Amino acid sequence: MSERILSSKLYIGIWATLMCLTVITAVVSFVDLGPFNTVVALVIATIKASLVVLFFMHVRYTHERMTKVVIVAAFFFLLLLLALSMADYTTRFLA
Amino acid sequence: MSDSPIAVETHGPELRHHFADVEQQRDAASLGMWLFLATEVMFFGGMFCAYLVYRYWHFHEFAAGSRSLDIYLGTINTAVLICSSLTVALGVRAAQMGKQKLLVVYLLLTLVFGLTFLGIKGKEWYDKYEEHHIPGASFNADDIVKEYPQIPINQQYEQTFFSMYFAMTGLHALHMIIGVGLFTVLLYLALKGRYSANYYTPIENAGLYWHFVDIVWIYLFPLLYLIDRKPLK
Amino acid sequence: MATAAITQERQNYLNQSYGIKSWLLTTDHKRIALLYLASITFFFFIGGFFALLIRLELLTPAGDLVLADTYNKLFSMHGQVMIFFFLIPSIPAVLGNFLVPLMIGAKDLAFPRINLLSWYLYIIAGLMYIHCMLTGGVDTGWTFYTPFSTAFSNTKVVEAGLAIFVAGFSSILTGLNFVVTIHRMRAPGMTWTRLPLFIWAHYATSIIQLLGTPVLAVTLVLVVLERAFHLGIFDPSRGGDPLLFQHLFWFYSHPAVYIMILPAMGVVTEIVPCFSRKRVFGYSFVAMSSIAIAVLGFLVWAHHMFVAGISLYSAMVFSMLSYLVAVPSAIKVFNWTATMYKGSITFSTPMLYAFGFIGLFTMGGLTGLFLACLGIDPHVHDTYFVIAHFHYIMVGGAVMGYLGGMHFWWPKISGRLYPEGWGRLAALIVFVGFNLTFFPQFILGYLGMPRRYWDYSHSPEFQVLNVLSTAGASVLGVGYVLPMVYFLWSMRYGKLAPDNPWNAAGLEWQTTSPPPTFNFEETPVVNFEAYDYEHIPEPEVAVER
Repeated sequence: MSERILSSKLYIGIWATLMCLTVITAVVSFVDLGPFNTVVALVIATIKASLVVLFFMHVRYTHERMTKVVIVAAFFFLLLLLALSMADYTTRFLA
Repeated sequence: MSDSPIAVETHGPELRHHFADVEQQRDAASLGMWLFLATEVMFFGGMFCAYLVYRYWHFHEFAAGSRSLDIYLGTINTAVLICSSLTVALGVRAAQMGKQKLLVVYLLLTLVFGLTFLGIKGKEWYDKYEEHHIPGASFNADDIVKEYPQIPINQQYEQTFFSMYFAMTGLHALHMIIGVGLFTVLLYLALKGRYSANYYTPIENAGLYWHFVDIVWIYLFPLLYLIDRKPLK
Repeated sequence: MATAAITQERQNYLNQSYGIKSWLLTTDHKRIALLYLASITFFFFIGGFFALLIRLELLTPAGDLVLADTYNKLFSMHGQVMIFFFLIPSIPAVLGNFLVPLMIGAKDLAFPRINLLSWYLYIIAGLMYIHCMLTGGVDTGWTFYTPFSTAFSNTKVVEAGLAIFVAGFSSILTGLNFVVTIHRMRAPGMTWTRLPLFIWAHYATSIIQLLGTPVLAVTLVLVVLERAFHLGIFDPSRGGDPLLFQHLFWFYSHPAVYIMILPAMGVVTEIVPCFSRKRVFGYSFVAMSSIAIAVLGFLVWAHHMFVAGISLYSAMVFSMLSYLVAVPSAIKVFNWTATMYKGSITFSTPMLYAFGFIGLFTMGGLTGLFLACLGIDPHVHDTYFVIAHFHYIMVGGAVMGYLGGMHFWWPKISGRLYPEGWGRLAALIVFVGFNLTFFPQFILGYLGMPRRYWDYSHSPEFQVLNVLSTAGASVLGVGYVLPMVYFLWSMRYGKLAPDNPWNAAGLEWQTTSPPPTFNFEETPVVNFEAYDYEHIPEPEVAVER
């Protein structure tokens, strides 16, 4: 696999970013953004998750194409489950 | 196992003989771990689906229940897990560089953070028990109802929020416990000098598992604790 | 391709070591395949026993053989045993385990110890389920629908659910092993487009096992939590939705039917070119259609819920998607028939099963289209029409594929030839028995006979067709027992098999029958396309009897 060894500075930088984002997401939840509170919270969570995946889990530096395929596939099928289920729930009591 | 006498590769005992070389073995283990994580995405995904449906149906009860969770403990726990992910990443790095003692230190720190998370979670669950927020015969959400005089909170639907809360954090905690077990084994083997710059695959793959469990919590935190924290008018 | 001289003393995976420990602690994929063979055959007969009791009860309109509650347990456990403990493992765990490394030129699967773990998980699950059966069974239908399963049933729902949960992990690990093996362990020169289509079929199956089974697992966890801790997740009085269970359950259980059929399609795709002496028509179409079935299969689950209470709009979406998933299956049928066209056909036992598969799977698949139609489904949902539909696919399709594969590869697995005359006879008996059992059920369902009813005395006119169905089941049973008998017989008295009795294409035939423990004397190097039948002569032995 001869993956490169990342610098500890990079890891600490990512860690610091994650900690900041955690504080931000908690604080922002007290601000009234209407329906966007949920959106902001999920966007921040996704950024945090992406940082973990890309840097802590080395996906940013991997030569393995299959790793990215597996990650995309997993989220794609999860999305299918959520979207098609909600297609039922959001249209059940119309009219 | 090698057929041609020319390719005499000096390899450690870790090379399993159905593989042609360590590279193939490492790549196989890595792909296997990522596929396993994909199954875990779907495993938790089923619960996220249930959460999504019921949050859509019973938003007020979910918001109210979310407020009754301790945001400080939740935020601290999120920070604890992020710290543990850092120590895992630094531990893998130490292994890559062959620094055995440093690896042991980071594995130990990871365990400390992991157990801290579980301890805080246990305290939160205990608080819920005291507040009669555990679903079942003794469930009582009068305190939550009182907080929302203008919005009718259905106590039965409130139970559904807490069912999802306990199911999801419970499943997550179970995965944390498994992670702690895994890392305890790794710590033991690392102390025995099992890992080196040439062979640290178990550390790497266990690290992937740990990061995944962290990512689940990264989503659980806003979905459970931050549904609606706007100041009540 | 050389039919090497057969010496009984030659070391192979069977005689390499003896004793029960060498079998129970083996990591050889071929031995694990045989461990699975024994186990799933055992469960097949348990499931078959339940079927026998069901058919006996239905001989008369009155419910006079067993109590109503007992009947509920019979059909529930028949379904769960047949699906989770026979069909889902069958081809992948037996033929897949045995053949995948051989076909790609590898020494073993990527994770041999995990392979053994898969089998042990299956056994643990099986023991849990047997205990459940012996201490009260389960009566919720194989589908565990809530709120009956969570709040009202007095049977061993938790135990059955946990057993199936464990079996699910066995399935997940098998899928994981196959995907990594196919990606990482192919012999030099074995490119993706040179892979046998059996491998493509198992790759597609493994995707489903990996991504679908965990959802079933978490759903069973929720049911167990609800039942054990009274949580209220599916309880309407506490804001829960019983339909949520159905959504989560069918998200797995629909793709599960593709876990059951794709491997059988893979088997048929190996048998048909061999006994037509022609390469597969449209290799890339067959390969891509396997992947398409795996992916599209995840988009259609709510067609099991058309009358359950889902919204009409989502029902329309799922209906249209269900029509779409039929397309890749139909493509395969065209590919098989085009392969046979102008081929040199031999009606060997495996080929008879392949013919049976193609005809019966087509019938089952077409009746699925009726069920996908929103206008028809309300009339035939929960009737024998549905039962006939899925048995045509799962028995007429998957089981026939399994039996065809067992016959095709038996010489490779055991080093012996089975008696061809008996093989053909058994195949015909299975075909006749199957149709006699299940065709009347299409008619019964269309006429309105509900499924899961133990008493149909309100409609005694159904009796004739039910009697025919039960008669067919007895014939079918004979057809199933025969191969068991002559396969066992052949292990002692059968003719020794050459390396390649069928002169078939494929790396598995390039090694001895049975293969040595590490599969090949030397790692093969592949520089030929799959199904190179233009350059392989007809076999001189084996089929002429």
